[in-house]
Amino acid sequence: MQDSGISVLFKGINFQRLLLGLWVTLRIALITIGISLALGLLFGLLMTRKNRFVRGFCRAWLEIVRFMPQLVLLYLAYFGFSRLFGWNLEGELSAVLVFSFWGIAEMGDLFRGALTSIPTHQRESAAALGLTKRQINRYVLLPQTVRRLLPQVINLATRMIKTTALVKMINVTEVLKVGQQIIGQHYREPSVAFWIYATVLLLYFMICWPISLLAAWMEKRSE
Amino acid sequence: MDWSFVLAHVQDFLAGAWVTLRFGLYGIGCSLVLGLVCCLVRFFRVPLLKSLVHVYIEVARNTPLLIQLFFLYAGLPRAGIRLSAEACAVIGLTFLGGAYMAEAFRSGLESVDRFQREAGECLGLTWGQNVRYVLLPQAMATASPALFANIIFLLKETSVFSVLALMDLMNVADTLRTSGGRTIEVLFLLVVAYVALLLPVSLAATFTERRLKYAGFGDQRSV
Amino acid sequence: MEAMLRVEDIRKSFDGTEVLKGVSLEIYEGEVVVIIGPSGCGKSTLLRCINGLETIDSGKILLRDQVISEKKKDQHLIRQKIGMVFQSYDLFPHMKVMDNLLLGPTKALKRPAEQVREEAMEMLKRVGLYDKAEALPRTLSGGQKQRVALVRAMLMHPDVLLLDEITAALDPEMVSEVLNVVIDLAEQGITMAIVTHEMRFAEAVADRVLFLEQGTIVEEGEPETFFREPRTERARQFLQSFTYASARKTVKRKG
Repeated sequence: MQDSGISVLFKGINFQRLLLGLWVTLRIALITIGISLALGLLFGLLMTRKNRFVRGFCRAWLEIVRFMPQLVLLYLAYFGFSRLFGWNLEGELSAVLVFSFWGIAEMGDLFRGALTSIPTHQRESAAALGLTKRQINRYVLLPQTVRRLLPQVINLATRMIKTTALVKMINVTEVLKVGQQIIGQHYREPSVAFWIYATVLLLYFMICWPISLLAAWMEKRSE
Repeated sequence: MDWSFVLAHVQDFLAGAWVTLRFGLYGIGCSLVLGLVCCLVRFFRVPLLKSLVHVYIEVARNTPLLIQLFFLYAGLPRAGIRLSAEACAVIGLTFLGGAYMAEAFRSGLESVDRFQREAGECLGLTWGQNVRYVLLPQAMATASPALFANIIFLLKETSVFSVLALMDLMNVADTLRTSGGRTIEVLFLLVVAYVALLLPVSLAATFTERRLKYAGFGDQRSV
Repeated sequence: MEAMLRVEDIRKSFDGTEVLKGVSLEIYEGEVVVIIGPSGCGKSTLLRCINGLETIDSGKILLRDQVISEKKKDQHLIRQKIGMVFQSYDLFPHMKVMDNLLLGPTKALKRPAEQVREEAMEMLKRVGLYDKAEALPRTLSGGQKQRVALVRAMLMHPDVLLLDEITAALDPEMVSEVLNVVIDLAEQGITMAIVTHEMRFAEAVADRVLFLEQGTIVEEGEPETFFREPRTERARQFLQSFTYASARKTVKRKG
């Protein structure tokens, strides 16, 4: 019976359907990560500003995404905005908005950490060599910052990919939903459910694990 | 905003918050224990178990909790293992949390000077005494910000318990939203409930982190 | 007389490099043995092997005629009988001085705390740290920390005390306050094996000197003869390297 379950995976275009479903969440993740990187840099720069209002605003934003579950934020965007402002957002669009809202702040905080932790003696000893301000940034500070930052950014990216699984809860047809459709079509073979869920778990693992390994490797190298 | 609706359903959300909090705390408690055990296994390089723990940590960290729960709740019964929703919630959260807690404990233990362990051994302390009196108290100081961050992270993750048909906050909100159509009021209550639940923990985390900064042990070795 | 500690032909390699190439020695009750030699000769490894921090590849170590070099579950029972102090003090930074001192005797030996506390105060007084019992390690100077570390090891009443370059990390003016404590211990008849680079201290405290080079004991003798007329060329060269260093200092001062 178990064998028939696993064979369903490869029956017809079932596996392709799963992969297509996975691509839906991955696409959301990739767009979100792109937006978070670009605007997160801006956010990080704002956080280092002296202006109290700007800093307080950023802090509040960061606090909100830190302790509000992403699922609640998704609900707010998907169900709330249509009632409140009459915007009927598609599931995917709400997901991109919400995850970017979260990612910008988290990325920004990483950038802020990197920007403020540059040791002053590095700047000074580079200046003592007669380098211009631009040369100091380009050759001395930026490489060090990037090296320390990159593993953390990659780790956050893995978390974001994992979190996109939540879009199932706002009716986006992604890998889990596709999996449930397949299970529904084969309701006479109950072991299908086991294999489908195991496969979805494995698919996520196969995407996130190599990225985590990369981050761990970079972290080790930068020490 | 229909305040009478809000007031009428405060009770429901209190009940939901209690479910979220209770299973969250069970999961967090078990995660701490599992994390500590896993961390000690890795730190003292226990043969065999060490590789097992390594695989576990990679799998738990690189797959979404939502999918893990579906696998436990809907997949495993097809393979003959039937778990109640409550058990799935606690096992799922512990599976995820244990890996994160192990990493937090590990960073703490690794920050303790290598010679501290030898110094304890030279006093004739047993392995357990050395861990308890010498290594852990020092490791906890470094690890606690990460441990607190994990606790908040896990409490947030409980929001996906609703897929297990547990009447947690998310599920209470879902039920009320689909039956009554008062989306704004329901979302308002949901946000308030999560703020009430998580803000104290977040504040406690900030407070402890500040205190630990001053309670630092100073330079241990001037070598 | 039977040896308190007997080391028989021990060998130890790290990553294919043999650090100890068959070392044998005995230490008798109440005796102070000083081990000297160039850095990297295996002195510290020898001490670490004796109390089991490193496992030996072959050979035997006996304490009061009992083999202690076979790694067993009750390693901690053996360590209770062998005290060791390191160059880096390694006080437990999260405990007050008194708690540092109480930990071993109360937890490992299960002695009542009150009794140990009394003895600890006595010993702190003896090393001139009577007023530091409630201090945290970070508030102490290097010399004070090392004296506390010595007291901590002595409170276990070890059969043998191993001292591994305990003054190497200290500022020069603090060296003597620590070494005076060691000399006091020697006079009390404590059995010790000491690794040090302080030649004048070695001469003052030692009953016997071992010269270790490249993992073997090259020469062994009483301090008077060893420091005045070493028998081997290698020991002579090693001892000369110290006088050479001081000659350069005088040249510099004149220039």
